[in-house]
Amino acid sequence: MLKIKNLESGYGGLKVLKKVTMHIGAGEIVTIIGANGAGKTTLLRTVSGLIPARSGEILFDMKEIGTLPPERIVFLGCSLVPEGRQVFGPMTVKENILLGAYPQYRRKRGDQVRDDLERIYGIFPRLKERERQLAGTLSGGEQQMLAIARALMARPKLIMMDEPSMGLAPLIIKDIFSIVTRLREEGSTVLLVEQNAKAALGIADRGYVLETGRIIMEGTAEDLLSNREVQRAYLGRDLDAEGTM
Amino acid sequence: MYWEPGRECMDREELEQLQLERLQSTLNRVYAHVPFYRKKFDALGVSPEEIGSLSDLARLPFTTKEDVRGNYPYGLFAVPLREVVRIHASSGTSETSSVVGYTRNDIAMWSKLVARVLVAGGVTKDDVVQVSFRYGLFTGGFGLHYGAERLGASVIPASSGNTARQIQIMKDFKTTALVSTPSYAMLVADTIREMGIPVSALSLKYGLFGGEPWSEKMRKEIQDALGIVATDNYGLSEVIGPGVSGECLERNGLHINEDHFLVEVIDPKTLQPVPPGGTGELVITTLTKEAFPMVRYRTRDLTSLQAGDCPCGRTGRRMSRLTGRTDEMLIIRGMKVSPAKIESLLFEIEGQEPNYRIVIDRKGAMDEVTILVEAAGDTPFGEERRHVGRTVETIRKRLTHELGVTVDVKLVGRKDLEPVDGKMKRVTDLRKL
Repeated sequence: MLKIKNLESGYGGLKVLKKVTMHIGAGEIVTIIGANGAGKTTLLRTVSGLIPARSGEILFDMKEIGTLPPERIVFLGCSLVPEGRQVFGPMTVKENILLGAYPQYRRKRGDQVRDDLERIYGIFPRLKERERQLAGTLSGGEQQMLAIARALMARPKLIMMDEPSMGLAPLIIKDIFSIVTRLREEGSTVLLVEQNAKAALGIADRGYVLETGRIIMEGTAEDLLSNREVQRAYLGRDLDAEGTM
Repeated sequence: MYWEPGRECMDREELEQLQLERLQSTLNRVYAHVPFYRKKFDALGVSPEEIGSLSDLARLPFTTKEDVRGNYPYGLFAVPLREVVRIHASSGTSETSSVVGYTRNDIAMWSKLVARVLVAGGVTKDDVVQVSFRYGLFTGGFGLHYGAERLGASVIPASSGNTARQIQIMKDFKTTALVSTPSYAMLVADTIREMGIPVSALSLKYGLFGGEPWSEKMRKEIQDALGIVATDNYGLSEVIGPGVSGECLERNGLHINEDHFLVEVIDPKTLQPVPPGGTGELVITTLTKEAFPMVRYRTRDLTSLQAGDCPCGRTGRRMSRLTGRTDEMLIIRGMKVSPAKIESLLFEIEGQEPNYRIVIDRKGAMDEVTILVEAAGDTPFGEERRHVGRTVETIRKRLTHELGVTVDVKLVGRKDLEPVDGKMKRVTDLRKL
């Protein structure tokens, strides 16, 4: 579904991504794990068209999207749930969700929006309860759900999530991740960027480890979870320090 | 039957994307963690960041057996030793051998690849697999053992040697698949005959052979003598051990596990790629190994990559069975003599796969070459004697003529040519040079 080859991008004089090559097959949950500053967010922003690629290819559904503006990329079916939710606080929950339906109107499928809204309320009953509430008054977890709901309104084939667990309590993180799993069951493909490597690898099929802008490992989630370097650096575990049983 | 259809029958374009991803991440890791590679890359002025396609591989330096030995024992490991759960070493007749390591993930991946090879060769979880490779530092025994166990077969770790006992086990335990070197399979076939056990008393169905070069003739002999389907598989410890490639039941070349190994075939002299389909030295880059990654390892094995799809549905390209080694040239009285040439001549003369050993010694200042050849058929007595004399003379004349070096030929029994450590030793050099 998404195929990236030798992607390089950055900000000003700073090259963040160095020859990043990766792919996501339809129906997969793929996670990118890495420390702060590794380039995870830059990668998602580049794929979304928010910052330009300096070189390399980004193929979405066999189509080069590296030079397209963000709204075209969303229109083609690739949506981003940005880091820090970015919901519009002074607007109601429902208004926030409906903003995400913009591409559906562009596709002249405005008639489907009502059904989509009902479907999404089915996934997030909490948002239905609070549809008239201002988004700014929601809890962190609810705001995250709102951000995901808004992205889903565009009916994306690929949904990219940037640190959905950030700043949330463990129980809420569990909720959010079970929603990600559910999205896949309903046919979505998910690219999940996370610092919470353990949770991300727990639901992902495959993963990539990004370190200072380079991919240093690719593998199944299972392989990455049992890689000791990953354990030490990203899972906060040191088996040797823990001692043997 | 496949073990991992999603990988073994992968679309070529998807495979190449995966190979590039894995190549780049392997290079990033070796550059960061193995000083040997960093120095070599820097000396050539090439950094992992410049590798943007599979063909860019050609810009990277080769790694040779000497490099591996020169970094004895752990110099090429890419992870700290505490992450290594297994250590193997190449069977070294040489001064120092190649020492290789595996992380837990490496072992899991290796087992999976060997399981693929076993399944391709007809083995299922219902089989009783007798592993008659030597267990120990050599990768053959443990490699096949873990793969067969991963597959879910019942594994008998028979190891090598004590052939009569092995046959007893084979008979009593109802072994259905034999895993060994091809020469050991020949020995088993002979011993069964000597012991007067009919093949029908055994349950053997499949044989998976590797660890040394063999031929179609030998395959036919083994298949006929043991009543099995015999397939060839290939691997070497510097790269991983068995599991690099293996034949499917079509028996038309060895499918390479290309999602884990990137292969090139080069001219060993010019170091340039040979034309498609041409014979040359096999060069392998590992794509997923953690503890002991290899970049462009020169295997010294000669092979070619075959064109065309295989009816079995696997998309991994096939390599032809090994046609020789790049490094095995004997210098006899200043003349270069290739053991492979001797083998092919013997084959021509005898009309069957020869069992032989080349013994070189120096008397005074002269190199003397004696070729021990196993006598075909029954022991040469009475009537046969004159015929045998003629055979020896024919071989002697022919070899002397073709090689340009005078050779002596002796007929011997099979027992005189027993495999050493399960491997057929073809050359014994007694010269003290």
